[in-house]
Amino acid sequence: MSATAGSWTTETIPIAGVAMQVARAGGGPPLLVLHHDIGTLERLPFYDALATRFTVVVPSHLGYDGSQRPDWMRNVRDLAAAHQWLLSELAVTRDPQTVSVVGLGFGGWIAAEMATQAPRAFRKLVLVGAMGLKPDRGVIADQALVSYIDYVRLGFADQRAFDRLFGADPTTAQLEKWDLNREMTFRIAWKPYMYNPTLPHLLGGVPTPTLVVWGRDDRVVPLECGERFAKALPRARLEVVEGAGHFVEMEKPHELAQLVTDFVSQGES
Amino acid sequence: MHLMYFTEQPMSAYPEKEGREFGATALMFSNRFFDPAAGSRLYNEYLEHYRLAEAVGFDGIMLNEHHNAPFCMQAKCNIFASILAATTRRVKIVLLGNPLPLADNPVRLAEELAMIDMVSRGRLVSGFVRGGGQEQLATGVNPAFNRERFEEAHELIVKAWTQPGPFRWEGTHYQHRVVNPWAVPLQKPHPRVWIPGVLSKETIVWAAKKRYPYIALSTAIEATKKIWELYDQVAAETGYAGGPEYRGYLQRCHVAETEEKALANARQFMWMQGEFTGLAHPVWSTPSGYFSPSIRSQFVEYAVGRRSNPRGSAFEDQIQSQMIVAGTPKTVIPKLRRLLEETRPSIVGFWAADGFVSSADTQTCIRLLGEEVLPALREIGKELGLWSPFEANAPVSMAFPESAAPAPERPTAQRATPVEVS
Repeated sequence: MSATAGSWTTETIPIAGVAMQVARAGGGPPLLVLHHDIGTLERLPFYDALATRFTVVVPSHLGYDGSQRPDWMRNVRDLAAAHQWLLSELAVTRDPQTVSVVGLGFGGWIAAEMATQAPRAFRKLVLVGAMGLKPDRGVIADQALVSYIDYVRLGFADQRAFDRLFGADPTTAQLEKWDLNREMTFRIAWKPYMYNPTLPHLLGGVPTPTLVVWGRDDRVVPLECGERFAKALPRARLEVVEGAGHFVEMEKPHELAQLVTDFVSQGES
Repeated sequence: MHLMYFTEQPMSAYPEKEGREFGATALMFSNRFFDPAAGSRLYNEYLEHYRLAEAVGFDGIMLNEHHNAPFCMQAKCNIFASILAATTRRVKIVLLGNPLPLADNPVRLAEELAMIDMVSRGRLVSGFVRGGGQEQLATGVNPAFNRERFEEAHELIVKAWTQPGPFRWEGTHYQHRVVNPWAVPLQKPHPRVWIPGVLSKETIVWAAKKRYPYIALSTAIEATKKIWELYDQVAAETGYAGGPEYRGYLQRCHVAETEEKALANARQFMWMQGEFTGLAHPVWSTPSGYFSPSIRSQFVEYAVGRRSNPRGSAFEDQIQSQMIVAGTPKTVIPKLRRLLEETRPSIVGFWAADGFVSSADTQTCIRLLGEEVLPALREIGKELGLWSPFEANAPVSMAFPESAAPAPERPTAQRATPVEVS
């Protein structure tokens, strides 16, 4: 991956009555990247790496970061439908079976919901530390009980990675952003917290080739959830990344980008 | 004036050391430290104190509730209200109040409150609150919809109280196929609703728009004046004149036979405020979505420890600012006069003791308040024209602008006539 990502552009697209902010870069096959519950930094080495091979589309979920809050929204399936709507708005993603999706954590849950809603819509699916399934043994970490900083730190196996990205003592503006995003997460995923009890029953209908990736040291969503996704999706395999926590894309950006690139490019004509 | 007795019902009999070590005495502080034998004793002592308060002349008993914390043993204010409905004869039972957003079935609340009103023969004052931040977590209720649920539950309860059923309710947060409770309040149009609060501007505005008295919970005098400024402004915009009958205040006030003893016992007010044990946890008390977006930056800073708890001023400062009043009847009366003169409330709750104050000292305090302080305050109230909603026969709300039940004997001296703004 030596090519440069080129420049990022940001546009605002009306979706479901509110403005969705969408960042885009690169060229090649379309790749939709869905961010975590904490939102995302505008630029990440992971995004840049993907943009050397794909047309990378990174929307802010409605109610998160730069996108307006839809007051009516009540669950994660609503978010999934909003992203389906986005895909039909963009020329580059409009044709079915052309776009692949990478879902990061909470974004992985949204991606899985999208796949169950439209099982033949995607070429490839990558779920990284995805929420959405109830663990049998462990639990999904409850952000309601910890501070913004502690919650984000929990997602890193190596705290130095947190410090590099957010600073050892994040700014108040960053905290406000995390609070706003947390509030939106509460609005749509409060109870049951971070899973959908009906999702496992619907994954069997998704024929999309799927790569499930998990950080070995994920303390937010237990690895058993990765095993369950890989088992429930008919064409999925699980890849575990050593030395990474929940935020694999921030701790091991190039390793994850390589996994995604190889998997998504496989079978390209 | 309407003068009430209040206690948080502290669960003081828990190992303080454990609370200190844990670093917070809320939500996740384990209930293995709750001692039910002490709990049983304390509940019964508190009941005794309430009966004494009625006997010595208080007009009302103010009740509240909290969850998962030793500072308040009442997990459901309607339970104590039910007991008092049957075991007292004269006092108003003032709930400040039921946390509406925590209710998944507001119709059940409407029923319970109607039962309390009937059993007490019409002595219920039914306040409503949003519930503290940590209580949203303790009950698993979404903090992001707290205010919406508060407003919708209120609307549903008032409708269940005042409009014959059956009717159907299709709201945003509540849906009921059939609302038709076979228990409706004795008081008409419905029991008075008072709204207590401490922080949220939105709640003051909401109460003023509804024409519900607002009860300021132990705010400093200057802050209290600002509350009334805002309330009165909204009242004027809404079409009525604010004034004493819409103003309540909860005063921490401990009275003893000597100054020294009163001050020593008053220090226990710091118990709940965290000087000894640490009450609030910065994250649990500020779940995202619970507070007004207009002060988001302040709360995120508080949540990560960059800003101190606004409640946390020192005991001496609170004595100085009269957030805590302590002394003999002789010394507290002038201080309370200052409160009445400067902020002009007609409803005053006396939070008489907290923490480890003994039952005997609490009883002495209640007796001295009832026998010496309250009569003096009633005289001051007359002098200043501080007529309670009952004395002024104020309407129950904007929705029911006609006066409430027949007025009791009208006070005569210097009565400030409530003015309707057309």
